[in-house]
Amino acid sequence: MSDMIYRIRDLRLDFPDMTRKPLFGPAPRIEVLKGLGFDIPRGDVVGIVGSSGSGKSTLGRAMLRLLEPSHGSILFEGRDITHLPESALRPLRRKFQMIFQDPMSSLNPRLTVGTIIAGPLRLHGFDDLGRRVGRALDHVGLPEAMRHRYPHELSGGQRQRVGIARAIALEPDFILADEIVSGLDVSSQAQVLNLLETLVRELGLTLAFISHDLSVIRRLCKRVIVLHRGEIVETGDTAAVFRAPKAACTRELIEAIPLPDPNQTWA
Amino acid sequence: MSAFLTIEGLNVSLSGVLPILRSVDLAVHAGEVRGLVGESGAGKSMIGKAILGTLPRALRIESGRILLDGEDLQRMRPRDRRRLIGAKAALIPQDPLTALNPARRIGPQITDRLVDILGWRRRAALSRALELLDEVRITDPERVMRAYPHELSGGMRQRILIASAFAAEPRLIVADEPTTALDVTVQKQILRLIRDMQARHGTALLFVTHDLGVVSKICQTLTVLYGGLVLEDTTIEEFFAAPGHPYSAALLGATPKYTDPHGSLTPVPQSVIDAANAQLDAFDRARRQ
Ligand SMILES: Nc1ncnc2c1ncn2[C@@H]1O[C@H](COP(=O)(O)OP(=O)(O)OP(=O)(O)O)[C@@H](O)[C@H]1O
Ligand SMILES: Nc1ncnc2c1ncn2[C@@H]1O[C@H](COP(=O)(O)OP(=O)(O)OP(=O)(O)O)[C@@H](O)[C@H]1O
Ligand SMILES: [Mg+2]
Ligand SMILES: [Mg+2]
Repeated sequence: MSDMIYRIRDLRLDFPDMTRKPLFGPAPRIEVLKGLGFDIPRGDVVGIVGSSGSGKSTLGRAMLRLLEPSHGSILFEGRDITHLPESALRPLRRKFQMIFQDPMSSLNPRLTVGTIIAGPLRLHGFDDLGRRVGRALDHVGLPEAMRHRYPHELSGGQRQRVGIARAIALEPDFILADEIVSGLDVSSQAQVLNLLETLVRELGLTLAFISHDLSVIRRLCKRVIVLHRGEIVETGDTAAVFRAPKAACTRELIEAIPLPDPNQTWA
Repeated sequence: MSAFLTIEGLNVSLSGVLPILRSVDLAVHAGEVRGLVGESGAGKSMIGKAILGTLPRALRIESGRILLDGEDLQRMRPRDRRRLIGAKAALIPQDPLTALNPARRIGPQITDRLVDILGWRRRAALSRALELLDEVRITDPERVMRAYPHELSGGMRQRILIASAFAAEPRLIVADEPTTALDVTVQKQILRLIRDMQARHGTALLFVTHDLGVVSKICQTLTVLYGGLVLEDTTIEEFFAAPGHPYSAALLGATPKYTDPHGSLTPVPQSVIDAANAQLDAFDRARRQ
């Protein structure tokens, strides 16, 4: 078995630009990922950073095959999934999970929290749903009683934790977390970060963590990938990259961090 | 000088049984940026919704006053209230995807406000919208005006909501975690921009956030909320130098620090939560008597 969870080579992805579509004929395409290559070893925690619109979420969605690349290859646990049809992807989907940036729109408003977490479990043929849901809620620090609530009855942060509970309930090999702590209060954020550290350590989970918060990335991630306009401009050991950033945009990101200190010169 | 927004003794409950806001007092003066922090579920967004008159149906204002520019909102006729709020206040909502209509292009979603509330002509509204998108550092405003929300990144959607909040030049803006989806460089530009526009127009700004780094950069005053109860009302200097409540100190302890990546990260300790809960109980007992 491969010790690489992901092997990605020359990954390209483009979208039709509907805003420039002529009345007749196909829309021109905009290339959002411009030939990315990197590996993620099992058990690693990789940070993906970069300015807004640099392609982080698109990369994440391609890795989970929610989008189909236009070029290049994605190997997941040694298997080429670049162009696999949905029927072949289905059994793999339990193994790679995504936790989304936008908690409200990824939770079905008509289902209770318990049903939301149980849904994918049932789909993937798990038994003992009640207990698994309870354990997942417990992992993310939500009281058992939340199982009967609806998404609109929760605060933003509580919803985000439901999304995390739904993903970890499936005991996946890989989780892609897209900006999942930026909407959390600092206390839940500390809980979730400590929780992710524990899950990585104890379950051997592999994690890719997209975040704007470099303080969080520096703490959580062993390695970091810096994206800029759909290209990797810098990658390496997190400590080293932050100690001596090579790319201008990495330096800009670091300089713009608002430290919790009213005396920091920042303007 | 009296504040542009004054909230006095605001009690909000879930169907008359569960307290959501507990006798909240809060004021924001013209030109002031007040931070509102507190953990998830504390009631920060509900304060914003109470001000804008958009509380969920299940929530009810039990007592208290909300004064906007000296006018008591609860005592106005609903129609007049809506008009007053529409003209003087705007919200930058917490959830950047659900706040935009997925089936409509961005352009009209921004210009609607100008046309409907301020009675602008469509063409003027359109060029104002382009100008605003440019101000929030959207690189290709023409494309974005024609795009649907799902064609844009999270940070772009958030900037669009910031632009449309400023469009009608409101005198109060409630910004509900407006920069969570932005990278730090854009966040810095946007915070500067918000501060500039706010200072130029003397806008009163209520800034809901979890990020104490952001608080230290943009706010002058701060309200710390727990379980719908105000634990502390303070200035930024005091908050960071000597937090006045153990809960505030715990929030600082739970904040990841870039300069100390391996220091311990402690969620708010149970003892602090127990003490704050005891404060809530004491409040509820006193109120029942
Ligand atoms: N379905 C789509 N159709 C057209 N363009 C798209 C689509 N989805 C994304 N894009 C474009 O691709 C680019 C990258 O978007 P993406 O969401 O990956 O950025 P991001 O790095 O995650 O940004 P953010 O930090 O703001 O979330 C953006 O310019 C966006 O407008
Ligand atoms: N429609 C609703 N019905 C019932 N309860 C609700 C509703 N909306 C919110 N609540 C409850 O009101 C309380 C306050 O919620 P609010 O959204 O104001 O929290 P918040 O401080 O903004 O949290 P976050 O930081 O997570 O956004 C929470 O306990 C929440 O569960
Ligand atoms: Mg994104
Ligand atoms: Mg909120």
